[in-house]
Amino acid sequence: MILSSFIFIPLLVGLLLFFVQQQQLVKALSLAASVAVLAVVLYAVYLPAGHASLSHSTSWLGSINSNFALLLDGPAKITTLLTAVSFVLIFLATWNNNYANSSSYYALMLLSMSGLMGVFLSADALLFYFFWELALIPVYFLCSIWGGEKRIAVTFKFFIYTFIGSVLMLIGIIYLYNKTADQSFAWNSFKAVVLTAKEQAYFFWFFFIAFAIKMPVFPFHTWQPDAYETSPTGTTMVLSGVMVKMGLFAVIRWLLPVFPDMSDKMANIIIIFSIIGMLYASLIAMKQDNIKRLIAYSSIAHIGLMSAGLFAGNTVAYNGVLVQMFNHGINIIGLWIVVDIIEQQTGIRKMSELGGLAQQAPRLTIMLVIVALANIALPLTNGFIGEFMMFTGLYQYNPWYAVVAGISIIFAAVYTLGMIQKVFYGELNTAVKVVDLKAMQWLALALIVAMIFVAGVYPKPLLQLGEAAGQVIATTVTK
Amino acid sequence: MKFAPFIPLLPLAGFLINGLLRNRLSKTATGIVGSGVVLIAFVLSILVFNSAAAGQSQIFQLFEFIKVGSLNIPFEFQVDQLTALFLLVITGVGFLIHVYSTAYMHEESNAHFARYFAYLNLFVFSMLLLVMGGNYVIMFIGWEGVGLCSYLLIGYWFKNREYNNAAKKAFVMNRIGDLGFLVAVFWMIQTFGSTSYANIFTQLPGEASTAVLTGITLLLLVGAMGKSAQIPLYTWLPDAMAGPTPVSALIHAATMVTAGIYMIARSNLMYALAPASMHVVAIVGLATALLAATIAIKQNDIKKVLAYSTVSQLGYMFLGLGVGAFTGAVFHVMTHAFFKALLFLGAGSVIHAMHHQQDMRFYGGLKKFMPITHFTMLMGCLAIAGIPPFSGFFSKDEILVHAFEANPVYYVLGLLGALMTAFYMFRLYAMTFMGEHHSDLSHHHPHESPKAMTVPLMVLAVLSVVGGLIGIPALFMHDGHKLNTFLAPIFEGSKQYLEKHEPLSHSQEWMMIAISVGLIVVMIVLAIRKYSKSIDAEATGLGKVLENKWYVDELYDTIIVKPLLAIGGFFNTVVEKSGIDRLVNGVGKGLHYSSRQLRLLQSGNVGSYLLMIVIAIILLIRLVFYIKL
Amino acid sequence: MPISYYIFLAVIIFSIGVTGVLTRRNSIIVFMCIELMLNAVNLLLVAFSKMHHQRMLVLDSANITAGTEGQLFVFFIMVVAAAEVSVGLAIIVLMYRNVHSVDINFLNRLKN
Repeated sequence: MILSSFIFIPLLVGLLLFFVQQQQLVKALSLAASVAVLAVVLYAVYLPAGHASLSHSTSWLGSINSNFALLLDGPAKITTLLTAVSFVLIFLATWNNNYANSSSYYALMLLSMSGLMGVFLSADALLFYFFWELALIPVYFLCSIWGGEKRIAVTFKFFIYTFIGSVLMLIGIIYLYNKTADQSFAWNSFKAVVLTAKEQAYFFWFFFIAFAIKMPVFPFHTWQPDAYETSPTGTTMVLSGVMVKMGLFAVIRWLLPVFPDMSDKMANIIIIFSIIGMLYASLIAMKQDNIKRLIAYSSIAHIGLMSAGLFAGNTVAYNGVLVQMFNHGINIIGLWIVVDIIEQQTGIRKMSELGGLAQQAPRLTIMLVIVALANIALPLTNGFIGEFMMFTGLYQYNPWYAVVAGISIIFAAVYTLGMIQKVFYGELNTAVKVVDLKAMQWLALALIVAMIFVAGVYPKPLLQLGEAAGQVIATTVTK
Repeated sequence: MKFAPFIPLLPLAGFLINGLLRNRLSKTATGIVGSGVVLIAFVLSILVFNSAAAGQSQIFQLFEFIKVGSLNIPFEFQVDQLTALFLLVITGVGFLIHVYSTAYMHEESNAHFARYFAYLNLFVFSMLLLVMGGNYVIMFIGWEGVGLCSYLLIGYWFKNREYNNAAKKAFVMNRIGDLGFLVAVFWMIQTFGSTSYANIFTQLPGEASTAVLTGITLLLLVGAMGKSAQIPLYTWLPDAMAGPTPVSALIHAATMVTAGIYMIARSNLMYALAPASMHVVAIVGLATALLAATIAIKQNDIKKVLAYSTVSQLGYMFLGLGVGAFTGAVFHVMTHAFFKALLFLGAGSVIHAMHHQQDMRFYGGLKKFMPITHFTMLMGCLAIAGIPPFSGFFSKDEILVHAFEANPVYYVLGLLGALMTAFYMFRLYAMTFMGEHHSDLSHHHPHESPKAMTVPLMVLAVLSVVGGLIGIPALFMHDGHKLNTFLAPIFEGSKQYLEKHEPLSHSQEWMMIAISVGLIVVMIVLAIRKYSKSIDAEATGLGKVLENKWYVDELYDTIIVKPLLAIGGFFNTVVEKSGIDRLVNGVGKGLHYSSRQLRLLQSGNVGSYLLMIVIAIILLIRLVFYIKL
Repeated sequence: MPISYYIFLAVIIFSIGVTGVLTRRNSIIVFMCIELMLNAVNLLLVAFSKMHHQRMLVLDSANITAGTEGQLFVFFIMVVAAAEVSVGLAIIVLMYRNVHSVDINFLNRLKN
């Protein structure tokens, strides 16, 4: 019951919003819906392990043995909590933005939220696939209707990329379904499926490519900077904060437990590609002048570390990834909020045309500096915890990988501090007057900053959310 | 002892108050809060120091920080003698500098004034975390925290692009070192399963091979190189002089830059078990000490001279660590904190009086305008030059004696550095205070600084004079080395593993002291005679190379920064746009092209459709009957 | 008569139909050629059905309708052909009204 409400509250409110015309009411309703979901999620994630409400199953497509089966385990707790928190933050931060045809905009946002919740909760492969698409389709519309210039071409690219991934995944799901002992789409049946080495080798990659495109991992990443740059910033926040976690989450839920041997065997090559991606994206980020593309590439670098951490095959790295999934989402949303505020007021995205905003907007500057420092994993911010654990785990997998990947920490400092410097420090460059934070924006950023410090100083509650799951996964993989 | 965990909370509270209420507090209130919290911390530190002197040490487990599976990193403090000494220096010198800042920064607006004090308090907080941490991760938290504060304070005048670049450079260079530190921490986790000092040091020797320990200690050294500005990561420190002068005194002379020495002293057991690393430490230190001293001789910016002098003195401390004189190195940290803070604050006082003119060629004859600053600076110069019985003499002598025992070459080179130190410090002194004033006096009159600035100068001058007396060598007084006794619990464990050297006889020691003091006095006289009358002519040859700091910045720019940016640009424009993206778009274009070609088949002529149908049927029939499937 | 005679005849008629459909542009003639093809098929069906029936009678003399199902199809085809002719001729008439021609290549506007 509780788990279904994660999905159905945003779904129903979203459908309702299509018929509401007043803009303020639309905003208020969507904010209320997201707050309601957050409340329910917060209640659910701290239920004791093994509580009856943490899993749920209703018959759905009985004829092919697919059920509406939901499961809230450790990774799902982290990601659903992230989804709920993110949407509250996004609605708060964009409170002052006005979108043309806003009822459809907010409705699509909520539909996407519903799909995301479904992805994170599904314990049935067909249901998972269904929600995977449900989460993506609203984003295509959001990007192609409310996006910037070149939006159609960019959306098309995004669509083709993700669609190829989805098709591969669907083929994989159907194949595995036919191989299950009880002809079922259930997660547990998938985990128990027995495949020959050859089948494993093919279908591991089918699934992995689908997930890697979504994360995205080098070299499947080129849709991302374009999509981030072109989408309306609210959508970009969903994309970068929550949606890329779909790929990571899917690896945790559907790849590692279903293909444990292959995950172990292929870990080396995937980690190498992840690390190449980290350095590659960091180097590109240093050359960016467009602030949105800079953040996009920085995100690719961070995701690279997470995907490397997933395949490192030890508990420390797994839990690091889980924690970092949450923290990265929060931090990057914070960065986008700041970018959005600047862009809404000045209409400028190029860092070389900005400068000296610290004089006009000191509060905004302080917030950005804190979020940016969290983004480069300064200790006592949330970013440090996850990265430290992932690097520790990666080091145990192979010391050299940790060292090489560690170089990206230095690069991260270069481009992040460069961004702060170019946008906020120096002499005032723009003629446009920038107004400091408005109440709702302040609230959103203050919440983010609070989470950054709480999770950075006392990460225990967050670590506990993922802990049990991390150990479960670790035991499935390390044979 | 039991209230030790509250010491860092005080500056943290000061940071929060000043930071959050920066628009509401008056400058007086900000100054009182900012300095007050550090004063209280100082008082508490004295109490902690007393208990530590009585032989107490304690580990405080505060709360669970990172605990996953077998990895357990608690948030813990370890307060012992080494910590207590550093606490005293940080809060004591820190307090004086806070007081000094209230006058020095008085021209700033209220909000910026409060921002400045917030940063300073945050710095003290991070520095306290660094020295109080009970494991390497907590040390690392403080380690990066001080780096952040250094970044914020160097770029305090954020409108100036050059200052921002200096701040960024400092942070990035420190990050390079931090990566070494981090990898060392990962290695320790893998080897010892823990990062707590208590756990690691009890597992030694035995748990780790010499090779592993050498690796760990060398990586830690990389971290120390970044933070303590050693070759090759020292170039950020002179640039860091862009920050306000009290910041240079506190962070870039007295406390933060000595973090590397603290770290190595803390890990003395590991270093003692890895003799190769000890040699590397000594060589790096010696090379830095000499290189920085040569550069300092030719600098004209008063703060740059002091900056290179700091780099050089830090090199001495590394030399001390490298030859096993841990106490000597820590001793030099302490005396250096006194006299270098004094020199920086004195320089600040001069800069304040000269309306932010930092070029010494425009100074001269300031003795009569600023008597207090002049006198205190003279004390500082004598102390750093190593004239007995000023503090610098004792600490530097201890390091040099140990260097001689380890290897006479170290001693000769170290002495050479000390001579250069005496020369450039008195060059600074002569150019600033002696002779005639070199700039136009009709526009401004240099004046003595206010009380809030001169009182800290006087306190530090006293400390610079007498600070060395806690470490009198046995040569002069039996049982005179109080510091040795005090720090014995920390360094006792590693003593048995250090390389054994023949101790010097008393007569040898007397001779060494006589030679070095005699030569130093000669250097001082030379410097004063040369620079009290004239300033340097346009430099040529080697002088020009020195003035341009051996072109190291330019070298790094050419071999590291530019290639990296070029690679980034190459990835961005070539690989990304015409490589991967073109491949993806190429697939799309190919589909588009082939569909356009196929479209031509749909000519619209019924006849051609019919022909196609017939052909297709014939092909199908062939397929069904003649090709076995 | 051997069955091969029928087959040859049907093939010839069918080929004439195909050639006509492919070469002629007058839609009425195309139409008639299609009818030719259908009738060639009908002829084959009847012939095979007769052959089949005789063979079945040898096996089971009691069942006098055995194996004649093929002839049923002939009726279906004739009905379909009739329906086709009525619709097709109507189209041709309309076409003539619109473009004053029954040339099939005239109708290529779908191309663009």
